[in-house]
Amino acid sequence: MNRKNMVVLMLSMSAFIYSCGGGGEEKSVRDQTPDPGKNEYVDPNKDVNPKGIGKFTNVELTHPLDVNMVKGGESVYDVKCSSCHKLTDEKLVGPGWKGVTDRRQPEWVMNFVTNVDEMLDKDAEAKAMMEVCMVRMPNQNLTDAEARNILEFMRKNDGKN
Amino acid sequence: MKHYKLMLCALGAVIAGQSCKMKDTGNVVQGDAASKVYVAPGKYDEFYNFVSGGFSGQVSVYGIPSGRLLKVIPVFSVNPENGYGFSEETKPMLNTTAGFVPWDDEHHLALSQTNGEHDGRWIFANANNTPRVARINLGTFKTDEILEIPNSGGNHSSPFITENTEYVIAGTRFSVPLGEADVPISSFKENFKSVASFINVDQGTGNMKIAFQIALPGMSLDLSRAGKGPSHGWFFFSTYNTEQANTLLEVNASQKDKDFIVAVNWKKAEEYVKAGKGTKMKTRYYHNKWNEETHSATSELEQEVLVLDPAELKDMVYMIPCPKSPHGCDVDPSGEYIVGSGKLAALIPVFSFNKLMKAINDKTFEGEYQGIPVVKYEAALHGEVQKPGLGPLHTEFDGKGNAYTSFFLSSEVVKWSIKDVKVLDRVPTYYSIGHLCVPGGDTRKPYGKYVIAYNKITKDRYLPTGPELAQSAQLYDISGDKMQLILDFPTIGEPHYAQAIDAKVIKDRSVKIFDINKNKHQYVAMGEKETKVVRNGNRVDIYMTAIRSHLTPDNIEGVFVGDEVYFHVTNLEQDWDVPHGFAIKHAANAELLIMPGETSTLKFVPDRTGIYPFYCTDFCSALHQEMQGYLRVSPKGSNVPLKYGIGDTAPKAVAAK
Repeated sequence: MNRKNMVVLMLSMSAFIYSCGGGGEEKSVRDQTPDPGKNEYVDPNKDVNPKGIGKFTNVELTHPLDVNMVKGGESVYDVKCSSCHKLTDEKLVGPGWKGVTDRRQPEWVMNFVTNVDEMLDKDAEAKAMMEVCMVRMPNQNLTDAEARNILEFMRKNDGKN
Repeated sequence: MKHYKLMLCALGAVIAGQSCKMKDTGNVVQGDAASKVYVAPGKYDEFYNFVSGGFSGQVSVYGIPSGRLLKVIPVFSVNPENGYGFSEETKPMLNTTAGFVPWDDEHHLALSQTNGEHDGRWIFANANNTPRVARINLGTFKTDEILEIPNSGGNHSSPFITENTEYVIAGTRFSVPLGEADVPISSFKENFKSVASFINVDQGTGNMKIAFQIALPGMSLDLSRAGKGPSHGWFFFSTYNTEQANTLLEVNASQKDKDFIVAVNWKKAEEYVKAGKGTKMKTRYYHNKWNEETHSATSELEQEVLVLDPAELKDMVYMIPCPKSPHGCDVDPSGEYIVGSGKLAALIPVFSFNKLMKAINDKTFEGEYQGIPVVKYEAALHGEVQKPGLGPLHTEFDGKGNAYTSFFLSSEVVKWSIKDVKVLDRVPTYYSIGHLCVPGGDTRKPYGKYVIAYNKITKDRYLPTGPELAQSAQLYDISGDKMQLILDFPTIGEPHYAQAIDAKVIKDRSVKIFDINKNKHQYVAMGEKETKVVRNGNRVDIYMTAIRSHLTPDNIEGVFVGDEVYFHVTNLEQDWDVPHGFAIKHAANAELLIMPGETSTLKFVPDRTGIYPFYCTDFCSALHQEMQGYLRVSPKGSNVPLKYGIGDTAPKAVAAK
């Protein structure tokens, strides 16, 4: 009993020391570490933003399609996406891409492929898809340009111009 | 019945004995120790502690102050856990002139330095048994380079480095004849040499190259340290067996009251090299390099070294007498004081670099050793620490004018002041300490917050695990006047030297993934479109990809008994902490563990017909269990066609006619 109390006391003491630590000195890594468990609760029934969550709030579409971007998008697709996504409407690991540009806003697509984890954690549409696919889409570390190219390639795949 | 009673009695005695001992050691730990080492879940440690794995051949990485094991980096020994030494790409790393050597005995580590401070670029490690030096990349925590050392019998006084990482040192503990000479062992005095290799480090790539070797008289080069600040340009080696005995060294190498600290003026050596004074010698040694873009190692044979003879080339090497069979040879943060720790001496001599320079200028010599001037002991001496303890081994510094010396025989760390060579404090270690480490303790700017003891004997410190026990490290808080024991933690192998660095220096530069677009592996499959199986004679190359949660192709037919099958697996993931593993039934090999963006190759030679499942060994997703496939192996000479695929493209049975 006694011992338990001691441990609790010591733990709370150390917690106290930590929360006050750092003071005037240069912060060591030990104090810099982010606090665990800060995941915010997001109400899935709250208004869904059709543009998704991320830095893309307004994507200008090109007409006609940008041939270079389509080409760039296709090579990204071959290396990083084709393992799981077909170009038809058939679901493999993830959904087929046919019609994706009709189902989703351009911003949503670009936010999803660049900000995968936050979207899967918070965006209602993305979360719903995860329940269907049962695999978290891997974050494939696309640059902004690569994401834009992918969008163009999807538009091409959907017969847009 | 009697038996039981006896046992109980014995147990009781043991418990009584133990509780007595516990009381003693328990007293050492004071109240606030727990809070000093408690790192809450999700929080980071303050320091990375790189600890040599001793006879495990690896480097282990601990967090300080928690003592948590963060990683084991495979260096000189194979590591089935991640395929190091088993994958086709890593095998060349362990190539030597004696062939593939899967193990070594690693003793010391040296973090790279800039201006005498740890810069977090690389850490170097020595292989004592088959003499080699390794360089580990602290971005990837992978071994990037291993260089074999010719003319060395045991690479012990290594891999200590100069203050801007100009040179990494490799001095032989066992002197041997140069080359591969066949001579009588009793001709030690005539034929045996102690070679110190100076390995140049390219500051951009880190690549090592033996710049020159100094062939010192036959003796044992035990440990070494580079000078710094005013003594930059010099290297100091401790020696034993200056008696030049070749048998029963325990007695015969302990005859003289003093051995030597060898002081090498490497700037002078550089001048001699420039002036063409070295002798080019034919030899052979392998140089193995890892390439981060091809994800593969190459092993290249080198065939020449430049040898300098100190008896002939004057003003390059001097000897300082040092009592007795010195082990550690440590230079303080100011670069002015050199501490020799005589294993068999009852005092610690501290030499002054200024006095040494004056003695050399004034030629205050007491004679010569094999053509090398021996400075008078008193002329180079700053002072002696009297009655410090028994069996001094190593010394580190706190940057506040204090030194911390480990004592093997008396199992203690002793704190003393450098200026007036007075003992200030002593704490017991449990038990028989070897090396010790103050974070940054060998640099110009130590973080004098902790000292970590690496003990040779563990005995009763942990729950018993049979005859073989983990060795232990102990953490002491040295921020106050008194050293305070705050933590024990077990280590892998036998920890010899260790170094610790502020986590800030390394943490944010840690590589998370390899960019798939930069993958230049000969057998990469850049996406599933490029997966294929190619037969060439009895060699079958399988270009395979892995991504959550399937391997492509996952059905392969048309492989025969006795084929050499190479699985080249490319991990297409580009997210941190998503490696995939790969294993196939009966592979006389280890698994592969493939990092995101990397390609690794497993060789497999099936010895019987059948269906061989293969699968991902590293839990990667909710459908990890489904990440599997089949290889069909048919009898040699059968006509099963080569077919492969996944899903729709998987080979189909031919309809019966």
